[in-house]
Amino acid sequence: MTQANTSSMRRGAFIVPVVCAIAIGVLGPLMGNYVSDFVVKVMILSIFALSLELLVGMTGLVSLGHAAFYGIGAYVTVLASGSEGGNLALLLPAAMGAAALYALFVGALSLRTRGVYFIMVTLAFAQMAFFVFHDTKVGGGSDGIYMYVRPAIGKLDMENRMVLFYVVLASLVFTYGLLALVRRSRFGAALAGIRVNEQRMRAAGFAVYGYKLAAFVLAGALAGLAGFLLASRDGVVNPELMAWHNSGEVLLMVILGGLGHLRGAVIGAIAFTLLKEIFSTHAVMGPLADHWQLTLGIAIIVFVALLPKGLIGLAKRLSPKGAA
Amino acid sequence: MDFGTFLVQCLNSVQYGLLLFLVASGLTLIFGIMGVINLAHGSFYMIGAYMAFALAPLFGDQFLLMLVAGVVLAAIFGYLLEWAFFSYLYQRDHLQQVLMTYGLILVFEELRSILVGNDVHGVKVPAWLDGSFALGSVMSYPWYRLFASAACIVLAVALYWVVNRTRLGMMIRAGASNRDMVRGLGIDVKRLYRIVFAAGVALAALAGMIAAPMSSVYPNMGASVLIICFVLVVIGGIGSITGALVASLLVGFVDTFGKVFFADLSGIGIYLLMAIVLIWKPEGLMGRRP
Repeated sequence: MTQANTSSMRRGAFIVPVVCAIAIGVLGPLMGNYVSDFVVKVMILSIFALSLELLVGMTGLVSLGHAAFYGIGAYVTVLASGSEGGNLALLLPAAMGAAALYALFVGALSLRTRGVYFIMVTLAFAQMAFFVFHDTKVGGGSDGIYMYVRPAIGKLDMENRMVLFYVVLASLVFTYGLLALVRRSRFGAALAGIRVNEQRMRAAGFAVYGYKLAAFVLAGALAGLAGFLLASRDGVVNPELMAWHNSGEVLLMVILGGLGHLRGAVIGAIAFTLLKEIFSTHAVMGPLADHWQLTLGIAIIVFVALLPKGLIGLAKRLSPKGAA
Repeated sequence: MDFGTFLVQCLNSVQYGLLLFLVASGLTLIFGIMGVINLAHGSFYMIGAYMAFALAPLFGDQFLLMLVAGVVLAAIFGYLLEWAFFSYLYQRDHLQQVLMTYGLILVFEELRSILVGNDVHGVKVPAWLDGSFALGSVMSYPWYRLFASAACIVLAVALYWVVNRTRLGMMIRAGASNRDMVRGLGIDVKRLYRIVFAAGVALAALAGMIAAPMSSVYPNMGASVLIICFVLVVIGGIGSITGALVASLLVGFVDTFGKVFFADLSGIGIYLLMAIVLIWKPEGLMGRRP
């Protein structure tokens, strides 16, 4: 591959997301309720998936408990908002901060373990959070709680559908941009080094544990951001947000799209949400729509069997340039 | 709490712990020896419980016969499942194992909902195990729970004997530490794995069948037991059957007494236990340092 070719590809990696973001922004007001609702949902899940990509794809830490931070972000938003609605400028940092704090606690403990242990420990800590909200009255028990008025600051009121839309879009752009910067930074390079060979990084004098913990906390905070947005969109939270199915789904999105690329997490979130939507729509699937879990499960199995590199891998395989 | 209640809770703890051990030992076999993270293991427990629900009316009071029939069915099911799915997973990395077995859970859960619906069902205790064993006026304890504990102890001893004293167990242990060497010795590793996997499925299903008359049969039972098993494996140390036993008993006590003393927060007890163990020994109580 020539030098010019590489740099044009790099520019492509920059231009495509920007064009997509602008297109979504311009098309926003033209979308019907159903479509804009769906797009908001996908964007929130994209943020959630991106936050996990920082762990799985960039650092090589497979966490199966990421939904805990998502759920905590959402819960804090609702619990702190009160009956007259809360201040967006306070609620957002509170949600992200709380998620980051729990991530610090979970990360500090679970990063002492490795590999499969890490997968299981993160899962177990997420269950711990799940049970706190499920079994106590803190957040309304298993029924969850409602948020009566959505967060706002001045004219920026998330009760307004379009405001919500643009806040979510801005958050997605922020998350994507931040992670793109992280990837190119010294910190990102250290994370990549840890993913490839942790032993060597330690020998080279890197404080591996500190780097991993920092990544874990940042990922937790970003998941908290996604949780904040979700609570603002739905106006309700319940413990199911933290259930391990949710952690499994977001991991699936990241892998479905293709590990190691920020685009992958977004593509995965889109593809997964679309699949779920299609499988549960009667007009498309007929009576099978009632059993969308079955079709989704089979789709996952087939997908893992046939596409170990994710959808990005599929695109590479199909394009003659990528094959070369 | 008077002495009688305390005694009953102790017996409950041991019984619950032993039952958990039965499920976790299957997971330990499958994970420790074949290196496959099997998220669908809880589903095998659930399948066992529903099997008890379906088979109990057919067998009536022939409860032991029903258990044998169920175990045979589960083992055949496991053997076929290994052949159809899991044999392809050994070479894949953990991430893909997690995903594929996650997909399997969705399939099992939905098939269950199609076949038997989402209602909670009870399973009758067989007549010859009905009633309670009374120790004077101090306490009385259901015969069925005593039977469940006894059955689990017998199985645990049998498992220990098979793994540590038989030729099959020798191959299993050798396979766990060095797969290629075992293959080099001319042992059919594929078949060995298939048998171990079938045994793991049968153990989980058996636990489900034994649990059914005590805990009733409900849709989410697979997921909840799976997570507890993960906690057990982390506490005990991966691949160690003794560790799984110790952890199971510990968790049994923490969970049972947690429910007595802190009804509201009982769900968290075992996770706190896990956090403490991790701070103290990240590799688990009986695990080897990675």
